[in-house]
Amino acid sequence: MTLTQQKACPRETYGRALLAAARQDQRVVALDADLSGSTMSCLVRQEFPERFFEMGIAEQNMVAVGAGLSLTGKIPFVHSFSMFVTGRAFEQVRQSVALPKANVKLVGSSYGFSDFGDGATHQSLEDAAIMRSIPNMTVLIPGDPKEVEAAVALALAIEGPVYIRISRSEMAFLPVSSTADSALAPVVVADGTDVAVVANGIMVERALQAKALLANEGVSLKVINVPSLKPLHGAALLELVQGCRGVVTAEEHTVMGGLGSAVLEVMAAQPLPLEMVGVQDCFGQSAWSHEELLQHYGLTSEAIAEKARLLARR
Amino acid sequence: MQKRDTDYLNKEAAAIRQGIVEAIGVDKKGHLGGSMSSADIVAALYFYKMRHWPQEPENPARDRFIFSKGHSVLAQYAALARCGYFAWESLPTVKQLGSFLQGHPEKDRTPGIEANTGSLGQGLSLGLGMVLGGRLDSLDYKVYVIVGDAELAEGQIWEAATAAAFYKASNLVAIVDHNKLQASGVIKDMYDVGNPAEKFAAFGWRVLEIDGHNMDEILDALDAADEPNEQPLAIVAHTVKGKGVSFAEGVPSFHNGAMDQGQYDSALQEIAERRGE
Repeated sequence: MTLTQQKACPRETYGRALLAAARQDQRVVALDADLSGSTMSCLVRQEFPERFFEMGIAEQNMVAVGAGLSLTGKIPFVHSFSMFVTGRAFEQVRQSVALPKANVKLVGSSYGFSDFGDGATHQSLEDAAIMRSIPNMTVLIPGDPKEVEAAVALALAIEGPVYIRISRSEMAFLPVSSTADSALAPVVVADGTDVAVVANGIMVERALQAKALLANEGVSLKVINVPSLKPLHGAALLELVQGCRGVVTAEEHTVMGGLGSAVLEVMAAQPLPLEMVGVQDCFGQSAWSHEELLQHYGLTSEAIAEKARLLARR
Repeated sequence: MQKRDTDYLNKEAAAIRQGIVEAIGVDKKGHLGGSMSSADIVAALYFYKMRHWPQEPENPARDRFIFSKGHSVLAQYAALARCGYFAWESLPTVKQLGSFLQGHPEKDRTPGIEANTGSLGQGLSLGLGMVLGGRLDSLDYKVYVIVGDAELAEGQIWEAATAAAFYKASNLVAIVDHNKLQASGVIKDMYDVGNPAEKFAAFGWRVLEIDGHNMDEILDALDAADEPNEQPLAIVAHTVKGKGVSFAEGVPSFHNGAMDQGQYDSALQEIAERRGE
């Protein structure tokens, strides 16, 4: 297992994947709330201006207009920052999108701390929990640029509401990625025997770094990437963690209601202990870099390694 | 479009009112007031103005009607039953566990329902989305959205009004059921939303004000929506909450009130007289 040094900006990958989808399928339309240059839905605006709808800084209307478009057979991709598309427009997502199973794809950009400079108002640490709690919603959190493409492909294949979480920061290409064909099922990125790290988003790369940290301590980590938070593919995940002494979850999100909670829900009847790496029920703040915030809030390879050590010693 | 026959349409409106009362039943709460105030407009839409095919509820060319004030859906259920989307006898199953007739409209459950509404403020946005989708498909259908006057307090209404004007959504028609009452009392006393006509005009809409119980005025206004234009049209319909059932007219408690057996019988009696039976 080695991490390639190659990285890509996931929102650019996303924008190209969306454009490819728009070229392939006339039903694809894009809506944005004055952030198309950040979410990269601007690529659709440039090539298909009639299929791009600038909805102004009015996310609630945007989400419901998207639902209306879907009711005419269109496949709307509705964009804003993660916090706004899931938080500001929560009730429109629930009533107008999820309840009627509208074929709307919600794309939340700049999740977690990746909009580091703008501070707590723009950072999104609750969006996955919010979306996961809504019936009929699929929640996808790609672990690398290839999975960003797979998430767009899967979203198109699903006839119903999907939320895709896209980071603003560069992401490494993982040695193994999950695929749209598998519905982004959990995938072992690096095998190991002692402790399983179940991670999503940028935390998968950190889990691989934790594995390297522990290699000469005699603790073997199995790194499992879970790009589909909902459905979680719980049975498959349980099988993958069997044989390990414990599970560490790692997510760039509050530990309340996100990946850690979801994994705990399926492991409730298991004898395996679980530790969570994530944000501890607090808001973020501004910083000069994403990395500074990840360090400050304990979303590091060291933090994963420390939890894994605890479990390995039990 | 169907024949312009106000006698016939007034009778259909009375039939809708009968359906509202039968759907609510005796000693059960139901949204009588707002359903009654919309009944004449709903009759004009289903039995005069809209192109729709009860046997093909998903025909892409159909005109759409969205009850943004979804609690008044009883009027729509009655109209859909009259049109043959489902059996009239189903109306009393409204809100019964497992019924396909929910307390608020749900597209997946009920033939002829276009969207899930009732969480107030969202219907105009949904309608705009449908207009924009139709434009991409070169379909010229219209989308009629009835909003409540008290519903105009929702900010999303004005987000949608802004967007509809910007996108020149001339196939979008908002009809304000201006019955002057909100759930908790008289709008002027409780939470005055101002003058709806002036507000829509300020947002770039064409505006007509009518008596929402005068069938000729309703038909004229709906026909005016067909005139070539670049602006969406708002029809401010002055109405009486509970219209057609004397004991409920203008009475806030009948926003969502129950009728006892005597009230139920007298409501049906009064409506039957109007139908000329």
